Amino acid sequence: MTCFYLTSGLFLGWSLGANDAANVFGTAVGTKMVRFKLAAMVASIFVILGAVISGAGAAHTLGKLGSVNALGGSFTVALAASLTVSWMTKLGLPVSTTQAIVGAIVGWDFFSGALVDTDALTKIVSTWGISPLLTAFFSFLLFKLTRWSLRAIKMHILEMDLNTRLALILIGAFGAYSLGANNIANVMGVFVTANPFPDVNILGILTLTGKQLLFLIGGIAIAVGIYSYSYRVMKTVGSDLFKLSPIAALIVVFSESIVLFIFASQKLEHFLIRMNLPTIPLVPVSSSQAVVGGVIGIAFAKGGGRAINFKVLTRIFWGWIVTPLTAGVISFFALFFMQNVFQQKVYEPISYVVSEAVYEKLGDMDIRDPGLGVLKGKVFRNGRRFKKALKSLTKLSSGKINEVIEIAEIDSLKIDSIVASEKLNPHWFTYAQLKALKSLHGRVFAHKWQLVDALAELSEEWRFRENTRKNRPYNQELKKKYEKLFEVFRISRMREKHNELHELMGL
Amino acid sequence: MFSVFRKTKELEGKIDEFLNVILEAALEFKQGMKYYLEGDFDEFEKRSEHVDQLEGRADRLRREIENKLYMEMLLPEARGDVLALLENSDDVLNIVADTIVEFSVEKPEFPPEINSHFMGLVDVSLEAVEEMVATVRAYFKDLTAVRDHVTKIMFFEKESDKIGERIKRFLFDKSDIDLSRKIHIRTFVTYLQTIADKAEDVGDRVSIYTIKRLM
Repeated sequence: MTCFYLTSGLFLGWSLGANDAANVFGTAVGTKMVRFKLAAMVASIFVILGAVISGAGAAHTLGKLGSVNALGGSFTVALAASLTVSWMTKLGLPVSTTQAIVGAIVGWDFFSGALVDTDALTKIVSTWGISPLLTAFFSFLLFKLTRWSLRAIKMHILEMDLNTRLALILIGAFGAYSLGANNIANVMGVFVTANPFPDVNILGILTLTGKQLLFLIGGIAIAVGIYSYSYRVMKTVGSDLFKLSPIAALIVVFSESIVLFIFASQKLEHFLIRMNLPTIPLVPVSSSQAVVGGVIGIAFAKGGGRAINFKVLTRIFWGWIVTPLTAGVISFFALFFMQNVFQQKVYEPISYVVSEAVYEKLGDMDIRDPGLGVLKGKVFRNGRRFKKALKSLTKLSSGKINEVIEIAEIDSLKIDSIVASEKLNPHWFTYAQLKALKSLHGRVFAHKWQLVDALAELSEEWRFRENTRKNRPYNQELKKKYEKLFEVFRISRMREKHNELHELMGL
Repeated sequence: MFSVFRKTKELEGKIDEFLNVILEAALEFKQGMKYYLEGDFDEFEKRSEHVDQLEGRADRLRREIENKLYMEMLLPEARGDVLALLENSDDVLNIVADTIVEFSVEKPEFPPEINSHFMGLVDVSLEAVEEMVATVRAYFKDLTAVRDHVTKIMFFEKESDKIGERIKRFLFDKSDIDLSRKIHIRTFVTYLQTIADKAEDVGDRVSIYTIKRLM
């Protein structure tokens, strides 16, 4: 059943490979500078590497938008996205997997009553506009630089040919890596929360986390798409869509790869933090639109801004609106059918309560409002209703309301020291962290923050540091460890047994 | 990997050699014509034979280069242009070689007053060829230099037209030469003008191909 659920994601991966590999190797293959067999091999290997090694960053942002928490839901959301992509491709409309998946996730949010993380949504949507602009900027600069240096070097046409081929392969590899790192989130992002895979150890040398295993499978689906279908797309890109010289194409691909990479790289994010520079959000972006930006950059560098086809730009802009809307609507109705006709679970309901403990905790955090007292003891079956109630009954700011929602979320975590030894990597968690955790053996927590508080009390290494730029990587890492704990120790069935939980919370 | 670099260097060498052969043939032609006009026919025949050999060598080199370009799928974008350039340059060499053979076969007799003018025509026409070789070389290696060389070819071609016309006017104004001889000499003047014309055609092609290559 698990394998069946993954199929829609794999289909999405296949169509990504079939369509988007052309953005990396299209001109190289279309102009016969690189043979398809070689291009497909390089693209496949590096897409998979990128997905497994650097895929987590962009997937995390997508996960924040909507943590699709039941496999049936993940299946339906990915299916809605892939249906949108194939339908719009058939209609000849410009479409990007990124926009389709975002729309489908928001559709799920609406269906399940989960809260839409507006921060994450704004971050993602603004990136769609920024990424083509940024690519245009890079390709403009790189084009000028390359033209200037090529004229200075005076290379023989044959040497230039050889060097261009080598560069097309090298930069293509980088492009494929960035594509895998950035876009695996589109393919497998919705499966992360409901990930069915455990961590695996390969011959005692390499440990792949469950998430990486998921991304590996997604990467392989992309590779299959590249081998089976991308040749036709590459021939079209190389000869029809935009006629570029191999060197100009090289610059477009390089700029596009840089953009995909900076929107995916956690290492770069950490580096920027260390350098005290503003960070770049890790968000899946559309490689096709980045390519269009790159071509525009070249047109400007050649002094031919007039040659830009504004029709294409308008179509892309409409794509930003039509694609997510279509995918959202399809997703919503598909989820309805999955749940009511096929009787499949498409989401784990998340409930919220202002229990005594929650009330006290909020008091400690200096969040006080008479309305909270009125809500005390009432259980809300979904986030949107809870938020509505908070808005009407309290006078809290929207920032504070989000904090209340986070604290009031009901979870069910049971610490087990045997599970801890089995499932937590001792190289990642420190000795003190594991010791503190194991000392909580048998304890059950109804809220995430309760576990966090309990651990922070036991060990300094479980405490978050002061929220400064310098401490941000440390806190992010710690947050990841906590997320791992929540994943490992969650007893999902408990969530449904509200009565038991209520007893536990003294309600 | 290294063999790819070596092969590229080898092919570059072959293209250079091909252009050298054309240049050498042009210089040899000039030298041969000098001997012809001085009446040293033995030396002229030697040069004529050498030009013929060079023409054969250039043909072989051209075929070899073309085969390599296609077999190894090099320069997919510019291959057609490069091929056209090589063949048209080779055509110019063919005309040079044919012209010298015609001299050897038909032995036209020039009136002494024309001799120096005719040598001037040989000089400018063959200089056009020399510049053509420089233009093609620049196309391969230094696109920025193409324009200067093309301008020079155009100059020499115009010069050859002017000198040719002068010779013909002078010739046909003269009453002491038979019409048949006049026509015979005119044919050879036209041969030399054609050499410069064809060199100019190659220059024009290079100008267009250069625009294509300037990204």
